[in-house]
Amino acid sequence: MTKKSYRDAIREAIASEMRRDHRVIVMGEDNAGGAGAPGEKDAWGGVLGVTKGLQPEFGADRVLDTPITESAFIGAAAGAAATGLRPIAELMFVDFMGVCFDQIFNQAAKFRYMFGGKAVTPLVIRTMYGAGFRAASQHSQCLYPLFTHIPGLKVVLPSSPYDAKGLMIQAIRDDDPVIFFEHKLMYDEAAEVPDESYTIPFGEANVTREGRDATIVAFGRMVNLANQAADELKRQGVGVTVIDPRTTSPLDTETILDSVAETGRLVVVDESHPRCSMASDIARLVAEEAFSDLKAPIKTVTAPHTPVPFSPALEDIYVPTAAKIRDAVLAVTKGRT
Amino acid sequence: MSDIQPIVMPKWGLAMEEGMLTAWLVQDGSQIEKGQEIAEIETTKIANVFESPASGTLRRLVAKQGDVVPVGALLAVLAPPAVSDADIDGFVAGFVVESPKDADTAGAIAEGRMERSGRNVVFKAAGTQSEATPVVLIHGFGGDSDNWLFNIEEIAKNRPVYALDLPGHGKSTKSLTDGGLGELSASVVDLLDEIGAAKAHLVGHSLGAAVAFQALLTYPGRVASIVGIAPAGLDDRVNPDFVQGFVSAEKRKEVKATLQLLFADPDLVSAQMIEGVQRFKRLEGAKEALRAIAERNLPSGRQASDFRALANENRVPLLVIWGERDAILDPAAAKTLPSSVQVVVLDAAGHMPHMEAASAVNEKLSRHFDSVDRR
Repeated sequence: MTKKSYRDAIREAIASEMRRDHRVIVMGEDNAGGAGAPGEKDAWGGVLGVTKGLQPEFGADRVLDTPITESAFIGAAAGAAATGLRPIAELMFVDFMGVCFDQIFNQAAKFRYMFGGKAVTPLVIRTMYGAGFRAASQHSQCLYPLFTHIPGLKVVLPSSPYDAKGLMIQAIRDDDPVIFFEHKLMYDEAAEVPDESYTIPFGEANVTREGRDATIVAFGRMVNLANQAADELKRQGVGVTVIDPRTTSPLDTETILDSVAETGRLVVVDESHPRCSMASDIARLVAEEAFSDLKAPIKTVTAPHTPVPFSPALEDIYVPTAAKIRDAVLAVTKGRT
Repeated sequence: MSDIQPIVMPKWGLAMEEGMLTAWLVQDGSQIEKGQEIAEIETTKIANVFESPASGTLRRLVAKQGDVVPVGALLAVLAPPAVSDADIDGFVAGFVVESPKDADTAGAIAEGRMERSGRNVVFKAAGTQSEATPVVLIHGFGGDSDNWLFNIEEIAKNRPVYALDLPGHGKSTKSLTDGGLGELSASVVDLLDEIGAAKAHLVGHSLGAAVAFQALLTYPGRVASIVGIAPAGLDDRVNPDFVQGFVSAEKRKEVKATLQLLFADPDLVSAQMIEGVQRFKRLEGAKEALRAIAERNLPSGRQASDFRALANENRVPLLVIWGERDAILDPAAAKTLPSSVQVVVLDAAGHMPHMEAASAVNEKLSRHFDSVDRR
């Protein structure tokens, strides 16, 4: 076992599944790079290099460079999935969902239901999300709540290299459409990742810290920040449990409710906008199912209800930080008994 | 100055780089004994009490509660009352943390991999420059070489020590022939061949002890002595809830409940320990391997192999260490052993005495190896 980056963990998962199952194909803009032009092949390997090296190994029939027409190639991937392949399509930035959303929410997500359960759609859509990359409002959003809203889609937010590999293999083997969110600031984060194949079931939360005073539920990149906050709070004598649901759909409500029953205090950390978000969704869940367990009002830590600013100074204030999470926990644990 | 002894952040396992001092259990100025619980330390993998590696007067608590410090960093200073405070100040100020990477010390743990008999087996090695008879640590059902994280470095101070991941476990091969003791003990002897050792002391925990007994039966010349820690093979029964639970548990809640059966203090089961077991069980082939080993060796609450007759034969020195509060294998089985077998029962420990009472176990092991090697 060696340390691998988030980027390499995802690539390793895709490559091992492509070796195992010839039906697995990859398609997207510059997934190899250089198609149809003279010069270097596999020049890009995706805009941040995740799929680099796949086309030399698996060939141009299985690793396709597509034109810049998301509606066409996401639709083609949904059709290919419905007719026997297991495509992994890359929607480069999730911000581009608008041009292909019909193919996702009204086609791929509905096939199983419109065809009396007889159709399966083993489609994976990889997509980058998140702020902090100095890429302004059209390339920095966290739109996973929109996908979570749609029944028929599974939504995955890996928060570590280990989870990225196991969740990607699970996504490829899953018979439903899966939207796989990769935070662009996490690609170089490295951790121990087994060389062997493994799968992490959807709907099974990870508990990354354990403490009895408060529960933090955090998503995607926010899990690392929540862990930092929990470590700092522990030194101050405040014990915090950090829950990473790993998937927003399906959602492991049991682990969240069990923990709130123990701590009585909840902070939800979500990099998306505050309204109709995962933060509001988890707050709704706990208010409805565990109100009598709560010893303090629920707090949420989210980005504000504004587009991601281009100004680096403003962007840094925009994104939740470990300090903001710490302060939220201190607010709900103030005067605790 | 030589009277001043540092107490440093221990290294619990290969991956540990730093630890958090979560609490001091002793006060400045108190007299402490080797093996006494003096602090609580937490790493990303495990939280446990830290037992003092030395005796003396605690003159200075250097690390404070909540401090996160690297392995080898100064936690406290022991010195006789005659040593002046100024000397202690000087010692603290001049203390240099030995980097574990460049330290060619006996305790440095390396990871090795061997391919023999069609099996890929991964093992840890430490203290390999010593000429003494090596020690091989054999974990139990569902365990791996990390189970020995509180023991490897101590043993390595005096002799070479190896801890393997048995076939079907840890980072070793998951595909098994049949998962029987023959296959598992063959991998132990493969390890002896790999390291060029004629003989070794075999320390087996739980099912690992049955593996050691089987090795003694099949390869009698290769075994210098056996230490069975909460050993299998000396009773008919095993707690079926643990075996079945370990094989079938999927969700972390179920895994946690199963792991808590192992320890006298259920709080020792940390989130990371649970995640570690889940990570192992998620690996391709791991669940099948566990099921095969369980069905073959521990079917429906019974133990398939009985080594009581072998234990009675006194072929090699045998030490048995058991936790009084073991909920997996009943320590009452130790009472039926002949007087030639040395038996130690530790009252505060469950099924994992080498983790729960590491200091006591390490001391018993050291004495046992010394006495056998002197013969």
